[in-house]
Amino acid sequence: MSTKATVEDVKRLASLARVDVPEEALASFAAEFDSILAYVGKLDELKLADSDRVLTTVRNVLRTDEGAYAPGTWTKAITDQFPAKEGESLSVKKILNHD
Amino acid sequence: MTKLLNELSIVEAARGLRAKEFSVRELWDACANAAKEKNPALNAYLELFDAGEEAIAAAQTRIDTEGEQAPLLCGIPIAMKDNILIKGHIASASSKMLANYTATYDATITKKLKEAGVLFVGRTNMDEFAMGSSTEHSAYGTTKNPLDVSRVPGGSSGGSSAAASAHTALAALGTDTGGSIRQPAAHTGLVGMKPTYGAISRSGLIALGSSLDQAGPLAKTVADAKILYDVMKGKDILDATTISSDTYPVRETGTHMRIGVPRHLLTEGLDADVLARFEETLEALKSAGHTVHDIELPTSGYALPVYYVIMPAESSANLARFDGMRYGLAERGASLLEDYVKSKTAGFGAETIRRILLGTFVLSSGYIDAYYRKAEKVRDILRAEYTSAFDVCDVIAFPTTPSPAFKFGEKSDPVSMYLEDVFTVTANLTGMPAISVPMGNVERDGTSLPTGIHFTAPHGADDVLFKIGALVTGETL
Repeated sequence: MSTKATVEDVKRLASLARVDVPEEALASFAAEFDSILAYVGKLDELKLADSDRVLTTVRNVLRTDEGAYAPGTWTKAITDQFPAKEGESLSVKKILNHD
Repeated sequence: MTKLLNELSIVEAARGLRAKEFSVRELWDACANAAKEKNPALNAYLELFDAGEEAIAAAQTRIDTEGEQAPLLCGIPIAMKDNILIKGHIASASSKMLANYTATYDATITKKLKEAGVLFVGRTNMDEFAMGSSTEHSAYGTTKNPLDVSRVPGGSSGGSSAAASAHTALAALGTDTGGSIRQPAAHTGLVGMKPTYGAISRSGLIALGSSLDQAGPLAKTVADAKILYDVMKGKDILDATTISSDTYPVRETGTHMRIGVPRHLLTEGLDADVLARFEETLEALKSAGHTVHDIELPTSGYALPVYYVIMPAESSANLARFDGMRYGLAERGASLLEDYVKSKTAGFGAETIRRILLGTFVLSSGYIDAYYRKAEKVRDILRAEYTSAFDVCDVIAFPTTPSPAFKFGEKSDPVSMYLEDVFTVTANLTGMPAISVPMGNVERDGTSLPTGIHFTAPHGADDVLFKIGALVTGETL
């Protein structure tokens, strides 16, 4: 795992994560990334048998779908936090453009 | 010398309230005034709350009418970490992203503490989204260590550790993903406890790493930590990962505890005087009849690299929800995508962005096998090694941190900061409970600084930690 993080890698990850890393910070991010990956790369020394993961006895437990809140109980508290709204609806930009 | 009211432990305050030596109002005022007076210098709190006449009077009435039957926490002032929701209050996780976010509901633990009559002094500073070990990553300035203001109070629950250590609250709540309760407790002379994964509900906590996070107490005594833990624990319908009392087998310990010590982990990277305090603490336990056993945890050296794969992976997924749409910071651009990018970029600090990118990387196609899936396999091995070590011992001990509290700016590169958690992360990876208890002081630049001894117990054996902790502090539970 001797990956060398490049400025291009950081740009690509930033775009996947939907954040903007300013041009002047790209190099330092890449350098920090290298030192973190070098440290994490210690895992490479560990030779593991090519087996499946050990399954624990812990199971996923879901509760019964019941005891719903009366409609509107939380509406005001939640819609009050909306940055933009029309009535009780959240306003967002169009996601499809036809022009 | 009589203690001031704000300097009392929970046990002492509960006793005093019941004996009518002082009132809930007097206890609240003592803490609230100490917080007001000390906070400008410490920045432990982001906001101080007003408990309100009504809540104070209600707690007093309950103690007067119920007496010994009233919950021990009734009327007790507690500090709350800024990533635990209290309905109607801002919960920002010390991020600009959530500066305007008002909690619409109580976390389950908030609800339980309110029912017990707790009064919240304020919300405490932390590393942004709990990512850090010093509070230097807060968007609202650093918190100072009350024992030496040129040093960090630990992190991420550094505001909580400073608040309790400076006696502005009788105890504080924290969350611990890789050591964020235990490490700040060690750096400020407190007891800090991370319960078994699932022992306490995570509902209403702002998530960092969902398979690692647990809330827990930072307290002045082991007895106080236990009181808070006992009130907060239990199965919760709102958190499917909570466990019941019979999920894990009950562990019996004899009168004499068997303490396992992984000597091979203590050969380097540890300050000599911290190791000396550790050995002295073990010697004291031995002379009281407890036994110390050498144990091997061969894969433990890989715990921190494993943690720095799994935690960023989980946090990048958890933090994806903060997109400027429904709540929190909302920057606007020319398109919906720009709305997301601008909000995230303006809302997140540098360390948060670093971890989001790292998480995105270890989960990305082509790297997920080498990093994330391998880390999960090593995590299984760590769990198995600890489980078999517990065949020959009741608890596993090492120092909580390699050194006492460090100075601001001392750990400026990410990896040196990450190494602060080298001893604590394993308990989060295995899900086992762990506690840090003061084990004596060391001197740095003429200042006496506390250090902590760390004990891990098997899953579900949280009470064993209080037992061994009390043996170290000399308390009777």
